[in-house]
Amino acid sequence: MKISENWLREWVNPGISSDDLAAQITLAGLEVDEVLPVASAFSGVVVGEIISAEPHPDADKLQVCKVSDGVDIFQVVCGAPNARPGIKIPFAKIGAVLGADFKIKKAKLRQVESFGMLCSASELGLSDDHDGIMELPAVAKAGEDFRAFLGLDDRVIDVDLTPNRSDCLSVAGLAREVGVLNKLDVTPVKVVPVATVIDDTFSVQVDAVDACPRYLGRVVRGVDVKAQTPLWMVEKLRRSGIRSIDPIVDITNYVMLELGQPMHAFDLANLSGSIVVRMATQDEKIVLLDGQEIALRDDTLVIADEKAPLAIAGVMGGEGSGVSEDTKDIFLESAFFAPLSLAGKARSYGLHTDSSHRFERGVDATLQELAIERATALVVDIAGGEVGPITHVVNEASLPQAALVTLRRKKLDQYLAISIDKDVVTDILTRLGLEMVEVTDEAWTTKAPLHRFDIAIEADLIEEVARIYGYDNLPSSMPQAAVNFTPLPESKTQIQVLRSILVSQGYQEAVTYSFIDPVLSKQFLPNIEPVPLANPISADMGVMRPSLVPGLVKAYLYNQNRQQSRVRLFETGRRFIGSVEALSELDQQQQVAGLIAGTRHSEAWYHGSEKVDFYDLKAHVEALFALNNGGKPTYERSECEFLHPGRSADIFMNGQFVGLMGELHPQLSKTLGANQPIYVFDIALAAVLNATLPEYEAVSRFPEVRRDLALLVDRSVPVSALEKVIASAAGDALKNVLVFDVYQGQGIDETKKSVALGLTWQHPSHTLSDEEVNNSVEQTVAALSEQLGAVVRG
Amino acid sequence: MENLKQILADALSAVAASESESALDDVRVHYLGKKGALTALLKQLGNVSAEDRPKFGQMVNEAKDQVQEKITERKAFLAEAALNAKLATETIDISLSGKGQEVGGLHPVTRTMERIETFFRGIGFDVASGPEIEDDYHNFEALNIPAHHPARAMQDTFYFNPSTVLRTHTSPVQVRTMETTQPPIRIICPGRVYRCDSDQTHTPMFHQVEGLLIDENISFADLKGILQQFLNVFFEDDLKVRFRPSYFPFTEPSIEVDIMRTNSKGEESWLEVLGCGMVHPKVLEMSGIDSEKYTGFAFGMGVERFAMLRYKVDDLRMFFENDLRFLKQFK
Repeated sequence: MKISENWLREWVNPGISSDDLAAQITLAGLEVDEVLPVASAFSGVVVGEIISAEPHPDADKLQVCKVSDGVDIFQVVCGAPNARPGIKIPFAKIGAVLGADFKIKKAKLRQVESFGMLCSASELGLSDDHDGIMELPAVAKAGEDFRAFLGLDDRVIDVDLTPNRSDCLSVAGLAREVGVLNKLDVTPVKVVPVATVIDDTFSVQVDAVDACPRYLGRVVRGVDVKAQTPLWMVEKLRRSGIRSIDPIVDITNYVMLELGQPMHAFDLANLSGSIVVRMATQDEKIVLLDGQEIALRDDTLVIADEKAPLAIAGVMGGEGSGVSEDTKDIFLESAFFAPLSLAGKARSYGLHTDSSHRFERGVDATLQELAIERATALVVDIAGGEVGPITHVVNEASLPQAALVTLRRKKLDQYLAISIDKDVVTDILTRLGLEMVEVTDEAWTTKAPLHRFDIAIEADLIEEVARIYGYDNLPSSMPQAAVNFTPLPESKTQIQVLRSILVSQGYQEAVTYSFIDPVLSKQFLPNIEPVPLANPISADMGVMRPSLVPGLVKAYLYNQNRQQSRVRLFETGRRFIGSVEALSELDQQQQVAGLIAGTRHSEAWYHGSEKVDFYDLKAHVEALFALNNGGKPTYERSECEFLHPGRSADIFMNGQFVGLMGELHPQLSKTLGANQPIYVFDIALAAVLNATLPEYEAVSRFPEVRRDLALLVDRSVPVSALEKVIASAAGDALKNVLVFDVYQGQGIDETKKSVALGLTWQHPSHTLSDEEVNNSVEQTVAALSEQLGAVVRG
Repeated sequence: MENLKQILADALSAVAASESESALDDVRVHYLGKKGALTALLKQLGNVSAEDRPKFGQMVNEAKDQVQEKITERKAFLAEAALNAKLATETIDISLSGKGQEVGGLHPVTRTMERIETFFRGIGFDVASGPEIEDDYHNFEALNIPAHHPARAMQDTFYFNPSTVLRTHTSPVQVRTMETTQPPIRIICPGRVYRCDSDQTHTPMFHQVEGLLIDENISFADLKGILQQFLNVFFEDDLKVRFRPSYFPFTEPSIEVDIMRTNSKGEESWLEVLGCGMVHPKVLEMSGIDSEKYTGFAFGMGVERFAMLRYKVDDLRMFFENDLRFLKQFK
């Protein structure tokens, strides 16, 4: 909310600077966004009067004016079409400064001399209006300093109010708060009810009594809507960011800003029968002030007459029923609508108005009469008219009741860790408008004022005391609470360790969005229906990722397009598989995924440009699993759609599928525009982080014996099968099996491959004899031959 | 005698002139070998008068020792020179880079999150996590955010259906913890959160660390103390911090925390970095915690904002582009 500082100071005027005032308001919880001057810092501008205006002899669009400053007459060449004799205007005389580089000097425009400038509102930083020069009311006195005339030595305070503080959405409310902070009394505006001179009323029927507990209306006949809104009002509205429309609308806006009561004025001639405050019928149509027609829902409160809805209550008026330039008689409305019945309604129609903003957050339910009297007085003052009596429809039972809230001394002290003097607490609460029902040494029993919708429980009062006492004046300490430190399970590797393993392998950590393009999702996982968002930010962020891989591949492509060809990325985060209809079963598992592509090493002097392959990736996966000191995972051929069928593996831990790895399917890779093979892994984080506590095993004192075997087997036999047979045939003393060479090609049968293995035995309690080892080797070779058709190479 | 002197002088100069081990060996044989010149002199001992014999013998032996010593010296010298020459040929350019993998790096958001976690772990907070697709009860209702609250609008929250959302904060993790644990509770909840917003200063996904401390006698002073300490530790600076009243549905009183920043021109301004407050009694009660017995505070911070301040990143969106030229700056 924007409010003129001078206006605020009319109500309460603490002896502190603008900046201090702004800081004080901010620290009370009403955050001041900015404090801006109400006009640019011009000088040397006075009120001028145009005496004459003649066409320029040499230019169609210019006029040569004679302008009076009350003493002298000046010749000024002016391009504004509205320059004409008799009007008062802001006149920048020679020497006036309108901006840092804008000083008014004597000039010659097409051979005619000009002594000064006639200004538009935009040239003075008053508004964006640059359609011609600014016209001032006749009461302006030629020669008067323009800044003084408009009271421009003022600032706009822009307060960003939190939704609980609707009580401060007016000058009156803000003044009340400033009064409390400075312990000053507030001078409210004097409202003198206008005597009624006619008996005319317009009947009001309130059907929706809970949504509209109070409705006040009054007829004013014979108003002059063409009357000029006084400049002081136009200026105050302008400083609050509201444009002047006509005197009636200006007055309703003014009263809203001044007192906090949104009002509405109807053209009496356009109302038929009576005012009916009711819920809309479903799909009932209304054309709003802004010209748009909307279909109403039956949860919406409307102000209607006997024929049709006239306005969405507390939100916006309708097109046909408002004040227009033909209006003679008006019906003024000042009502209290219950916040809950209006909450969210404006937004549901795509609307947001100053009125809905206030009603949704809560308007003081005792304010309506004061507001209608204030508005009436202003109408009569500015636009004339004959005033009828107020029609007052109230349903006491639905009106908000003042809450009885008790603040206990014990709780206050415990919450704030300080004991604030009883009188100080009482004073703070009283100044905030709370009624002291009972005050003892143990407690304050209070009744909250009806403008405070946010005071309902003890904690609310603690906040009020703390806020006014000043958060910065409250003590600060470190909690002394006894802490039970939870055990640090060593059976769970810290995720930091996992990250550092990948970092030391050259990976950069990535963070990709959890939502991806549904098309991309289908390209990777055609058989998984990803979880769609109802309101995605854009189509390409439409579904929750079923895997971390598509996001990493997109990140790869982003970098490939920026000449980064060697890429190593990893990410940890959740993937989403299942349906939100069965939320508890929806899989939101944490994963760790990685991607490598490009050369094995960064380009350097010591090696060629060998590209990474499956086995580089596998080393990284193995390193991750090596973390956990558990069993080793096993690898099976993968059937994952987005991986190369011959170069991919499913990873199992203790027989359970935990992830996959491999080369991105070349076809997919090509479709996506990758210019080299990409290798990815995607593994359940828990599988990698679950660890086994290391347990010491005695180191054997006896020597190791190693024998090497060179075997010829079918190419299709995986090395893991050889290892498995060896493990079961080579005896208990077998310590290790090592594959130190794999060869296929020239020199051997083209269906075969040669595998060289190093077997190591060591016995825990004696030195193995040659015979023992030879026996083991023989048994192993026999088993390999029998089970896998392996032949020892000669 | 003259002969001995001459032979000794010749031998010593021959040693000095030897340029290799084998040359030196030749010299040794020539003078000290069985048929060597000095050995020959000893054989002539019989021709020396009995009176001079001991002295002459001693002189020859001394000469032999002297030659042998010089040979040993020369040998050591030659060996060292040979080694030096070999080492010289083995010299490499030590300015070339090492062989092996370049080290990667953590994402600045993770770095920041770990910094925050480290502080709070140090004072006894556990790290808790929870689902990102949440029901509206845990994301809103249990936090005292009423049905009509603006935060629940489609403009702000990602919905799957009317009762399922992408969590808009990590507070549901706090709720889930309160539902299953009785105080004392000390947790922080780091993680991804989502809001329906995308522009220069908003991304639809970002990270938060929220914290919760509930115990008997926890006060506003504890909240101030911990957060002031945290900010000083995180920024490694004795920061000017202010606590400003604000409003959140789940805390009462509610507070926003600002830190004083100084720009390059030396101008100071307050910058909001944290939201916090004493947990609203309703929130405690809804999750089954006795609000008469226990009080607590909660706080929340945007990790990206801390990362931006710490690493002087001026464009939020860089965090999610995964541009290696950006990521590699965080080693």
